[in-house]
Amino acid sequence: MRPIEPALRVRGLTKRFERLAVDALDLTIREGEFYALVGPNGAGKTTTLRMVAGLSRPDTGSVAVFGIDARINPVAAKQLMAWVSDEPMIYDKLTPLEYLEFVAGLWGIDPAASQARAHHLLASLGLDSHVDERCEGFSKGMRQKVALAGALVHEPRLIILDEPLTGLDAVSARNVKGLLGERVRAGCTVIMTTHILEVAERLADRIGVIAAGRLVAEGTLSELHQQNGQNHKSLEDLFIALIETEAAA
Amino acid sequence: MSEAAHLTWFVRHEWRLAWREWLAMLAGRSGRKRTAVIGLLAFAAIMHVPAYAVIGRFAELKAPLDKSSLIVITAILLLAWALMLSQAIEAVTRVFYARADLDLIMSSPVKLSNVFSVRIAAIALSVTVMALLLSTPFVDVLAICGGIRWLAAFGVVTAIGLSAAAVAIAVTLGLFRLIGPRRTRLVAQIVAAIIGAGFVIALQIAAILSYGTLSRFAVLTSGAAVGLAPDIQSILWWPAYAALGDGKALLSLLALSLILLGAVMAMFSNGFADTAVSVSGHAGPARQGARARVFRGGSRPQALRWKEFLLLRRDPWLVSQTLMQLLYLVPPALLLWRSFADSSIAITLITPVVVMAAGQLAGGLAWLTISGEDAPDLVATAPLSPSRILRAKIEVVLIAIGVLFTPLVLALAFASPLQAAVTAAGILIAAGSATAIQLWFRVQARRSQFRRRQTSSRLATFAEAFASIGWAATAVLALMLPIAAVITGLLTAALIAATWKISPARE
Repeated sequence: MRPIEPALRVRGLTKRFERLAVDALDLTIREGEFYALVGPNGAGKTTTLRMVAGLSRPDTGSVAVFGIDARINPVAAKQLMAWVSDEPMIYDKLTPLEYLEFVAGLWGIDPAASQARAHHLLASLGLDSHVDERCEGFSKGMRQKVALAGALVHEPRLIILDEPLTGLDAVSARNVKGLLGERVRAGCTVIMTTHILEVAERLADRIGVIAAGRLVAEGTLSELHQQNGQNHKSLEDLFIALIETEAAA
Repeated sequence: MSEAAHLTWFVRHEWRLAWREWLAMLAGRSGRKRTAVIGLLAFAAIMHVPAYAVIGRFAELKAPLDKSSLIVITAILLLAWALMLSQAIEAVTRVFYARADLDLIMSSPVKLSNVFSVRIAAIALSVTVMALLLSTPFVDVLAICGGIRWLAAFGVVTAIGLSAAAVAIAVTLGLFRLIGPRRTRLVAQIVAAIIGAGFVIALQIAAILSYGTLSRFAVLTSGAAVGLAPDIQSILWWPAYAALGDGKALLSLLALSLILLGAVMAMFSNGFADTAVSVSGHAGPARQGARARVFRGGSRPQALRWKEFLLLRRDPWLVSQTLMQLLYLVPPALLLWRSFADSSIAITLITPVVVMAAGQLAGGLAWLTISGEDAPDLVATAPLSPSRILRAKIEVVLIAIGVLFTPLVLALAFASPLQAAVTAAGILIAAGSATAIQLWFRVQARRSQFRRRQTSSRLATFAEAFASIGWAATAVLALMLPIAAVITGLLTAALIAATWKISPARE
């Protein structure tokens, strides 16, 4: 019997710009897991996820998505993934529906299925009254929702999100969190960076704390508390303690 | 802060913005002053050579002039005015749509009509300074060869710049009121393109219909034109007399243009604020037809091509530029139609015009599709290899060029199959070269940065222009003097090879 492959397996991932951004990082995320990657600014969260998504080439190390080596077979790996960045990059001159049609076409999804899904997603995100408007007049929050709908329209098995809640109002943020939770319950894997520790605390099955390009702690919230002493009331206390310890080392 | 201090502050702000836009245009993103000044001086010095070739023969002209000379000088000044008007319309729309400071200005505690008067004056000043800079080599040549009386032409250029800016502001604000802010952007760009090219093209069309030639002077110096022109004492000739050094005519012209600008400032500075409000995000969204949309099937490259075509179709700059390119093709097309029956040599002139237009258009299209990707992360994370993505984008450029130029080549094939074949080959090679250069020098940018694409690589811009000129020359020489075509073809190929050798793509 073949062993079950993790949704994401990262080994020895290293990237250096002017300084070391990611330092021989190992990471394993199981299928159907909601994983939050937290860390201070410049810790290497976005660089790590960009390498996983194939947007940046690692100096060394390997990335496997559901057992597919993303460096050897990037097209097959990308077929299973979706990427959403904190800065929504969409086309000003397309409507949300046209954007989703384009994304579905790029991923080679059946037009009838993707059309129904696109309408459902736009309605879930409160964009149903804007489907025929060009995105050029949209606020940042609306653009972020269009980008998110684009990431979900091809039903990826692994969703990678870099600060997806930036710029969203409270209602929209709740909609997005609900949508992501729905996907995870359906078996999808989500890996997300966030500065909002309360989101990581409430949504994530496991949390990874990254500092100076290295994973300094990982586990469920209770595991993190166990590993690092019970005197931390919240994830925020724990996070600050971990980062201060790492900085002192 | 007093009202006067506010205005001084705003004048300084406008001056700084205008200067930085100039720097960006001249020196690229680095914006280095020294580079900009050296580049400007070098450009001005080089421009004296073509200026002498074009205008040197007019240096000895003196009043009193015959009607024929007056018509030619007036037409040249009218052309300059039309070009300045085109530039000014573009500048006015840029102020409304591209500047991010309107919110700040309008929320500041100053009288908006005063502030916008300064902005209108700044537009007029920048258009006039641009006109003066561009005209300097020509006026220099005239003054050196024909005497200092020609320096009065600088005054005429100033009057042209001020009046063109005044008319541009009136036209653009009129469009805002008539058709609303969203449509104005596209329409203003199209109007600017038509005005810029329209005057030359209208003269060429008249020349072709009357004399079967592309020469504009054939119409201007014809007996019919002289017969229709007013008496030499007419006020219409004031600009020409002013350029020749008539002080009274020059002062009248400057006074008229200043009155026109003052009137525009008085009439529109209040409306300017309202227009700015309507542009800055409160104009309502652009809607596509709310029909029951059915998603298209097809391959992944097909999806990419569909997206590129849709974006190209909705790009206002591209629409106006394509329209201008097509306008420039009207005279050769007309010449083709007129020469259908005979075997006039004039028909050969169509080939270089068409080849050059194809090269230039392909360069713009290639930048928009290859470099101007607004969602680079999305495309890069899609399950397509980078080479397949690039191939789909290049296909879009070549298909667009094919669609635009095939009808002309087919029409040409009826008149001269050989010329049609040479023209088709020229179009393909020129478009391919321009696309390749854009590919070698590609940089990630937003589509809205198209206007400044030349600043990201001057080398690519010059290589693209010279390659188009080279292939146009090669194509026409292939029809007239094949041995010379071999030489120009080899030179152009060498230029492209040298461009590849120093391009970032080779690193």
